[in-house]
Amino acid sequence: MDIAEVDRVIDQHGAEPSALIQILLEIQRRHHWLPGAALDRVAGRLGVPMTRVRHIATFYKAFSLVPKGRHEVHVCLGTACHVRGAERVLDAVRDATGLLPGETDAELRFSLETVNCLGCCALGPVMVVDGKTHGKLSPAAAADALKSYE
Amino acid sequence: MPRLNSREELDRLRREILARRDPGQRCIATCAGTGCLASGAADVVEAFRRELAARGLTDKIALRGTGCHGFCEKGPIVVLDPEEICCLQVTPADVPELVERTVLGGEVIDRLLYVDPQTGGKTIREPDIPFYKHQQRLVFGANRKLDPRRIEDYLALGGYRALVKALFERTPEQVIAEVKASKLRGRGGAGFPTGVKWEFARRAAGEPKYVVVNCDEGDPGAYMDRSLMEGNPHAVLEGLLIGAYAIGAHEGYFYVRQEYPLAVENLGIALRQAEELGLLGKNILGSGFDFTARVHRGAGAFVCGEETALLLSLEGRPGEPRPRPPYPAIQGLWGKPTNINNVETWANIPLILNDGAAKFAAIGTAESKGTKIFSLVGKICNTGLVEVPMGIPLRDVVYKIGGGIPGGKKFKAMQTGGPSGGCIPEALLDLPVGFDELTRAGSMMGSGGMIVMDEDTCMVDVARYFVEFLTEESCGKCVPCREGLRQMHRILTRITRGEGREGDLEALEQIAETAVEASLCALGKTAANPFLSTLRYFRDEYEAHIREKRCPALSCKALIRTWIDPEKCRACMLCLKKCPTGAIDGGKQRIHVIDQARCTNCGTCFEVCPTKFGAVRKLSGVPVPPPIPEERRTVARARKQDE
Repeated sequence: MDIAEVDRVIDQHGAEPSALIQILLEIQRRHHWLPGAALDRVAGRLGVPMTRVRHIATFYKAFSLVPKGRHEVHVCLGTACHVRGAERVLDAVRDATGLLPGETDAELRFSLETVNCLGCCALGPVMVVDGKTHGKLSPAAAADALKSYE
Repeated sequence: MPRLNSREELDRLRREILARRDPGQRCIATCAGTGCLASGAADVVEAFRRELAARGLTDKIALRGTGCHGFCEKGPIVVLDPEEICCLQVTPADVPELVERTVLGGEVIDRLLYVDPQTGGKTIREPDIPFYKHQQRLVFGANRKLDPRRIEDYLALGGYRALVKALFERTPEQVIAEVKASKLRGRGGAGFPTGVKWEFARRAAGEPKYVVVNCDEGDPGAYMDRSLMEGNPHAVLEGLLIGAYAIGAHEGYFYVRQEYPLAVENLGIALRQAEELGLLGKNILGSGFDFTARVHRGAGAFVCGEETALLLSLEGRPGEPRPRPPYPAIQGLWGKPTNINNVETWANIPLILNDGAAKFAAIGTAESKGTKIFSLVGKICNTGLVEVPMGIPLRDVVYKIGGGIPGGKKFKAMQTGGPSGGCIPEALLDLPVGFDELTRAGSMMGSGGMIVMDEDTCMVDVARYFVEFLTEESCGKCVPCREGLRQMHRILTRITRGEGREGDLEALEQIAETAVEASLCALGKTAANPFLSTLRYFRDEYEAHIREKRCPALSCKALIRTWIDPEKCRACMLCLKKCPTGAIDGGKQRIHVIDQARCTNCGTCFEVCPTKFGAVRKLSGVPVPPPIPEERRTVARARKQDE
């Protein structure tokens, strides 16, 4: 991500300290993680100390300080999914990807995360890959679904 | 559309919209909420578009993507108006036939209708389906009739009439009096009287004042706010405008979880359309009232649903709760008086203004008025969003609306109130739904999640699950919550692993008491509820785990062994092929035996074993019988013997 793009995001939201979270969300959305250079730029232009930028970037779950895989896999562990067997779906996804939640593989193919409710409770257990929802999953179906992502 | 400068111009626009509409016009309404979209609704809509175009019917038959209908289990849902013929689990392949036979031919397609699981009877019209029939959809009902991306649809249903009433016929004090008289209580969880809250903010000293919509719906298992925000954003906006007028605020914020992209998108469209029409901005409808609203996306922190944390997050800071008082009504956003309400609360406001407080207050129990939307999920036949009058017995929600428990299983408990709530056992199912009623039973209303659990759900594991959730979500600012939860989690995990000790329950109770007394915010104060309520009603399950190392629900992995009953195994090879660790020994006509040393209790064999055999069983608290000797493992098939 080049600095000009970071500047454009900042300009869109206004270089105000209150826009910090919204700006970081936009950088995260475009780039899938928050590179150090981008954080430096945001801190500088918003006049916010780096400690606070880092505090935000680590406090909120939407942000990542390391590069993410091409495909972001979110396994829902919300209550409705939990009582319908989400743990076993997660086990199957872990086996299929070789990842623990929070990890990304060396080829940058998958990043695995768990989430606490995506609001698709009627379809549980649910897994979202790159924004696409896969519902009513069995462990085997979850592992199968991942095969179509290169 | 041109900007509207007076209430008369709004009325004229509404009349024009209605004049263009033929109430008898054929319309294909497909649910375009997140649930149905996940089930493939977008492809269904596209298939309809192509089919209508191919037949030259695009101008004659309307196609509408609506808000969430609530019956998410059976999506994608298509309703054919004006007859309200309801088709469930529609696929693009069904579309040509649906247009030919139902839309044009007027006959229903049997296989797409709702089938009653008990009687096998079919239902044609949406309102006649038991799931809907026993509901009272005052707030949520409009979702199904409108396209959330078209303000005209909302206006056609009488939208923004309540705003006109407030701006031109009521003083701010009268609006507050009306909301107070309705006895509306906050739908986000705490149940504080909304009118009283508004009055505090109105009377508070300091300018400017702010109003905020809390759509940081983090409670796992609850998604009514998402469906309202996605499916009827103008109703929430109208409520917010009325509240802002009553309190004297000119700026408002929508705080929406980033996990809800469709809600953010539809809300953004709604705000733009309202602004174009002059329903937002300067001098709204010529009344002299100014109001602007902005959308702020959350960044993934459960604790931000707590109001003081949410406000800090709006300022671009970490969402760590602070002690109250001062309450946000006195010192909120940027230190100014702020009124913050939940999505569903705001969406109730137009209803109260339109129909009057008396009519609203006529519904419900003495202390809980109006209707409430619940998300009925978990081990229940009809999963989805249901809106019911306060005071309805829980039993009716589970059996009349929810259709009971699937698979002939037994109801065990209903978890309400999210991670801070509790579990209601079978014996209390006749409890009427209400804020105080649920609290007295050791649970709470919360934002309205109702998670149904059956005999296969382990209550100790449920308590462990919620405490784990809260341990992760605790912001870490105060010690009782940060450290107390961690210790509770450690002990509960030990118990579910069969390493529980005498004295564990007492230690848990002590930590729980401290967390309740000494935590800063509601997250910590209520964090012990899932443990305390499960202990209150299911103490025997805890004791079985600790003393007998037995999980009565056969759910805790460390306490169960999987075993194949040699009397029942028909050597069908299904489990043998599917076992991920190769722990099953056997073959064609050779009874399968699980090697206990290699089995990980993943449950795959249990799931694939045909129900007619039912040979794979879970055992807990009893020793696994020794494998039968090799020479007795041959299965003699009845048919083969005959040959």
